[in-house]
Amino acid sequence: MMLAVLLTPALLWLFALIILPHVQLALLSFRERIAPHTYAASLMQYRTFFSEPLYWGVFVRTAIMSALATALTLLVAFPVAWIIAKVARGRASSLLFVLCLIPFWVSETVRALGWLILLRESGVLPTLLVRLGITAVPVELLYHNATILVGLVYTSLLFMVVPLVSSLESLDNSLIEAAYNLGAKGPAILRQIVIPHAAPGITSGCIVVFMLTLGNYLTPNLLGGKNSQWFTELIYTQFIVRFNWEQGAAFGFLLLALSTGMVALGLRVSGQRFVDVMRRA
Amino acid sequence: MSTPDLSVEQLDKRFADHVAVDRLSFAVERGSFFSILGPSGCGKTTLLRMIAGFTLPDSGDIRIGGRSMREVAPNRRPVNMVFQHLALFPMMSVGENVGFGLARRGVNKAERARRAAAMLERVGLAGAASKRVEELSGGQRQRVAIARSLVLEPTLLLLDEPLGALDLKLREHMKIELKQLQAAFGTTFVYITHDQSEALVLSDHVAVMNRGHFEQVGTPQQLYYEPATAFVAGFVGANNRIPGRAERVDGELVELHTAQGWSVRARRSGSVSAGDPVAAFVRPEVASIELEAAQLPPQMARYAGEVQSLLFDGANSAVLIVEQQTRFEFRVALPQTGRLADLKPGAQVFFGFDPQRAICFTAGSVHV
Repeated sequence: MMLAVLLTPALLWLFALIILPHVQLALLSFRERIAPHTYAASLMQYRTFFSEPLYWGVFVRTAIMSALATALTLLVAFPVAWIIAKVARGRASSLLFVLCLIPFWVSETVRALGWLILLRESGVLPTLLVRLGITAVPVELLYHNATILVGLVYTSLLFMVVPLVSSLESLDNSLIEAAYNLGAKGPAILRQIVIPHAAPGITSGCIVVFMLTLGNYLTPNLLGGKNSQWFTELIYTQFIVRFNWEQGAAFGFLLLALSTGMVALGLRVSGQRFVDVMRRA
Repeated sequence: MSTPDLSVEQLDKRFADHVAVDRLSFAVERGSFFSILGPSGCGKTTLLRMIAGFTLPDSGDIRIGGRSMREVAPNRRPVNMVFQHLALFPMMSVGENVGFGLARRGVNKAERARRAAAMLERVGLAGAASKRVEELSGGQRQRVAIARSLVLEPTLLLLDEPLGALDLKLREHMKIELKQLQAAFGTTFVYITHDQSEALVLSDHVAVMNRGHFEQVGTPQQLYYEPATAFVAGFVGANNRIPGRAERVDGELVELHTAQGWSVRARRSGSVSAGDPVAAFVRPEVASIELEAAQLPPQMARYAGEVQSLLFDGANSAVLIVEQQTRFEFRVALPQTGRLADLKPGAQVFFGFDPQRAICFTAGSVHV
């Protein structure tokens, strides 16, 4: 009884804000407008997606770019987390952690605009490159895939660092020393001791970053401009520009299926269980 | 004489605020069980970590099997270590743990599995190779940690208080097992501990370490019966410490007066002059207790006292007596026959000890 009372807010939230809209969207995605105010059950929205190369092209591109951004974030975050968890001591460690957190005090929009100021043709970095004689004329650094990736990695870094730090902190230093003592070198220790120990943290960080990246709208849009071709933009266009809620709902469900599928794949590949991973996160 | 397996020469390590290891030199014979015994903070862990290569010495040299280790990285030293909390790899099976070092040496998988299984069998864990580390008991883990090191056939096995985390019963059992394993393998063991009973039971030689240097190196018997310094006398085994001033020095015997005026006699160790601050050490089992003064052996000095409390501990039972005039607390072992086991606090008794078996040091060497 007490448990039921305590769970009520969570259940209400889950039902009213997640399940209910999704049921509504599911219903929307499986119908087709045949005449004004007349709808019929149909798979047309999904058929359109698969028959239109632009749609699934953007879909696949978003998935690949997100996976790439996740991998890059892991590569960047791992040394950072290692230093925070294992190298820095006491105050230095907390300070480094706060430094990772500080960018998140400003909104994502402001952060993305910061990148615009730095990278646009008349911005800080191109001007500097000309001054240093590296390029003859200012180059446009925005609207490239690399720019989008940089922005996504920057935005996601903290969400990777946090679970990595907590899983690396729990790694007993004497395990590393023991491995070293038994003749192992750095790469073998990383592969055999550190990564297996940190696997739940790595997996949970990757899941969170992948989901955030896949569902990100602002960063790819601002840094990639017209070239970004992010799937969330297609959803936005269907709902807001075209008023085609049916198509938008179908796209939404496809994105949900994609992220679910990728998470399941990631868990399978890394041999982790979802419950363990989420407990670590 | 063959080359010692470990020889340490003028080894020195200083940290910002203290000296951890102070110009230490010693050698450990091949195949022996060598313990370094000392209180926490005496520098024994730093010494062990320098032998393993995890900490670099400021100066001096470590030779293992005759070879200088100055330029040798820890993963290339012929030394393996059993860590305080064992540091078994939880992400691997028992067999993989034992095979880990072999894999690093490029031994192929089949050979690795064969050697790991053979080693596990030697430590009494036949068939445990496929088990997870968590499935094992504390004592079994201990054996896996030793097997993991010995499978590499090191010149030297370092053990960093490996029994510290075990409960008492298991610790007693593992002591015997460790000694048997060492005898069976013949590998040189260097064992550090703060537990004097572990050091005495296990070792061929024990070094008592204090403030970065060795107070005494010797067999357990030498440390116990002929402590070289007051620190060793106070640290190894139970001892009554009687501080005071030397009143008279008569050949080997020193007459000592405590601040309260209790006068005892003890054999001197090193030079003692009249007027020196000194401390005498009397083991509880060296002293005798009787209800009548006349029952004490004639060579003993006799004192009257009152029983303060009875410390029953089976064969190690003792009685705490306060000397009648000076209220000095003195511990005497109870006869093992069970006689006098019914003494009550407050009982009037006589106690005494043979001055030849009490040792007196000048207080200059007292660090206790």
